[in-house]
Amino acid sequence: MAGGAWRSLLSQVVLSAARRPQLHSASFSRGMQTVTLIPGDGIGPEISSAVVKIFEAAKVPVRWEERNVTAIKGPGGRWMIPPDAKESMDRSKIGLKGPLKTPIAAGHPSMNLLLRKTFDLYANVRPCISIEGYKTPYTDVNLVTIRENTEGEYSGIEHVIVDGVVQSIKLITEDASRRIAEYAFEYARNNQRSSVTAVHKANIMRMSDGLFLRKCREVAENYRDIKFTEMYLDTVCLNMVQDPTQFDVLVMPNLYGDILSDLCAGLIGGLGVTPSGNIGANGVAIFESVHGTAPDIAGLDMANPTALLLSGVMMLRHMGLHEQASKIQVACFDTIRDRKVLTKDLGGNSKCSEFTDDICRRIQDLD
Amino acid sequence: MARAVRSLPAALKLLFSHRSSRAIAAAPCNQRQKSTYTSIVSMAAHDSAQAEPPPAQYGGRHTVTLIPGDGIGPELAHHVYQLFRFCCVPVDFEVVNVDSSMASEDDINNAIMAIRRNGVALKGNIETNHNLPPSYKSRNNLLRTTLDLYANVMHCQSLPGVKSRHRNIDVIIIRENTEGEYSSLEHENVPGVVECLKIITRNKSLRIADYAFRTARAQGRRRVTAVHKANIMKLGDGLFLECCKEVASGYPEITFDSMIVDNTAMQLVSRPQQFDVMVMPNLYGNIVSNVCAGLVGGPGLVPGANYGEDYAVFETEHGEEHCQPQLSKPNSDASCLLFAARSPQAAFLREHDTQSNPVYRH
Repeated sequence: MAGGAWRSLLSQVVLSAARRPQLHSASFSRGMQTVTLIPGDGIGPEISSAVVKIFEAAKVPVRWEERNVTAIKGPGGRWMIPPDAKESMDRSKIGLKGPLKTPIAAGHPSMNLLLRKTFDLYANVRPCISIEGYKTPYTDVNLVTIRENTEGEYSGIEHVIVDGVVQSIKLITEDASRRIAEYAFEYARNNQRSSVTAVHKANIMRMSDGLFLRKCREVAENYRDIKFTEMYLDTVCLNMVQDPTQFDVLVMPNLYGDILSDLCAGLIGGLGVTPSGNIGANGVAIFESVHGTAPDIAGLDMANPTALLLSGVMMLRHMGLHEQASKIQVACFDTIRDRKVLTKDLGGNSKCSEFTDDICRRIQDLD
Repeated sequence: MARAVRSLPAALKLLFSHRSSRAIAAAPCNQRQKSTYTSIVSMAAHDSAQAEPPPAQYGGRHTVTLIPGDGIGPELAHHVYQLFRFCCVPVDFEVVNVDSSMASEDDINNAIMAIRRNGVALKGNIETNHNLPPSYKSRNNLLRTTLDLYANVMHCQSLPGVKSRHRNIDVIIIRENTEGEYSSLEHENVPGVVECLKIITRNKSLRIADYAFRTARAQGRRRVTAVHKANIMKLGDGLFLECCKEVASGYPEITFDSMIVDNTAMQLVSRPQQFDVMVMPNLYGNIVSNVCAGLVGGPGLVPGANYGEDYAVFETEHGEEHCQPQLSKPNSDASCLLFAARSPQAAFLREHDTQSNPVYRH
């Protein structure tokens, strides 16, 4: 049952994180954990306040530190995030982020990219599991995409060679490839996943994807209990839309990961219901909703907070607060399964605030 | 059968005069005229009036290069040959075998020369062993770039009788075939750090955009969507998008919009019916065309065509390993080469259902 699968998966999804060293004592104060909240742009503030409200209803011992992230030019001319945001994240180590605007051709790199570079968030984990109550043509989807988040095609290195000829550099390094492969296998082991598939295009990009593949193979040697397969990107795309049940954990470089993880999100119902976590090198973890800022519905109380809420639940389990996480998750799924108070994108007619209130009510009823 | 035979001569006339429609850039093999935009437009205007087929080379028969490829390729090629013979299609195949396991490029060069000679080719998939060093280039890619087959066109439509999760899909995917991520320019400056170059040029982007709009206009399509990732690759995909916009301004009756590739992937699996004609650079084209092929029922049901100024090569789905015996389902994929073969005759085959029905019922 999809609901049961969600529960077991999300409860295990950051067991690996549970094995990490305990959270720094500086982030605890009177039993409350500090979490950096980045509301974001567009519908970000609305859904963030919805999540805060739900967390309050569930009596989650979290102290929110709200920070805004806009690109500023630091000393030396490099773009960076505001120092207070960075300092807050470094202290709390956990973040919950709403959608950030990425303007096309604005001169500064994408905000999401900047965040990733700042905290070295090298792994993007997106579990995609079919949600009971929200029907899509694909049922029984249960896979996880793990995407290398720091290099690849999104290195941001572009040049105009001559007028009319542009080159974009795709960077693949041994270290990053090994790190993501190791994370993927660790994740598979910790979450009782049976196989890891490396997605690549080494027939065309022989050296770059070849290097990625070699590193994956090397790491696979140390994890004999997990089945390792390699598949071309086009085959994965083809098979994914015909039979997604054949996939388990997918690991891949940046661009393929971006497209495939969005494809998988589309299979279960879209970005509005997909959680996502970014794991960094220094114990930093930022959980985010991956949908866009939806400027057309910003401020109209029409947004769906499910994605951010489920990311928040992922975050709670990461922090070890399993009881509250389960409560919120159950309430959220029950609301969706009931189909009485759904936001427009889920097929209903209710407002965001009504949806939030319904979840809060269910949480209080669960107490 | 007699009906099929009677219908053929007229159909052939229709094929070669139907330049404005499906066979838009496929040069008939006996002509070396470059299909310029103006000539196609004027032909489109006098569509039905055209009745003269161009003179064939040898006794009214056309020679087409056939490259069986690897895996189940030779088997499928045999089926195509048999079907063509049975239907009395006036096409002779010049078979050129390409041995993908050999390091030397003689085989593929022979094939290229044969295609230059005949103008049209039918190709199975040539395997690339990605564990070989980079000096061994992908044969398929080599073919495309040497012959400058700049447009890869895939027409994905829901077929009656084929079970799939989505219905009423009718998308034409036009993919730039010669540059982008497939430029195969890679180097390792520092050990452990590999750089791969993705090249986008104004000329090629304009060319593919123009091709897309021409095709859309010729086929009566209302909308062209450019797929890109210009929010991240601002200069590269930004240039591509700019070129598309420039070309779009010359086609006021066609709506032009753009979509970011990850959103496109998501929309394709939730609501593929919204797409009409899509144009995009190389890698996104690979992904999108494979997703669409999966949506309509599999690679065995979608023919692919590669068009250049002077040559046209028709092939099965772009996947290097789709035709591996152990991975494919022979029954369903047996039709893939057949469908590819039907591409040049697609125009009149759709109108003359006698020929298409047996294949559809397969």
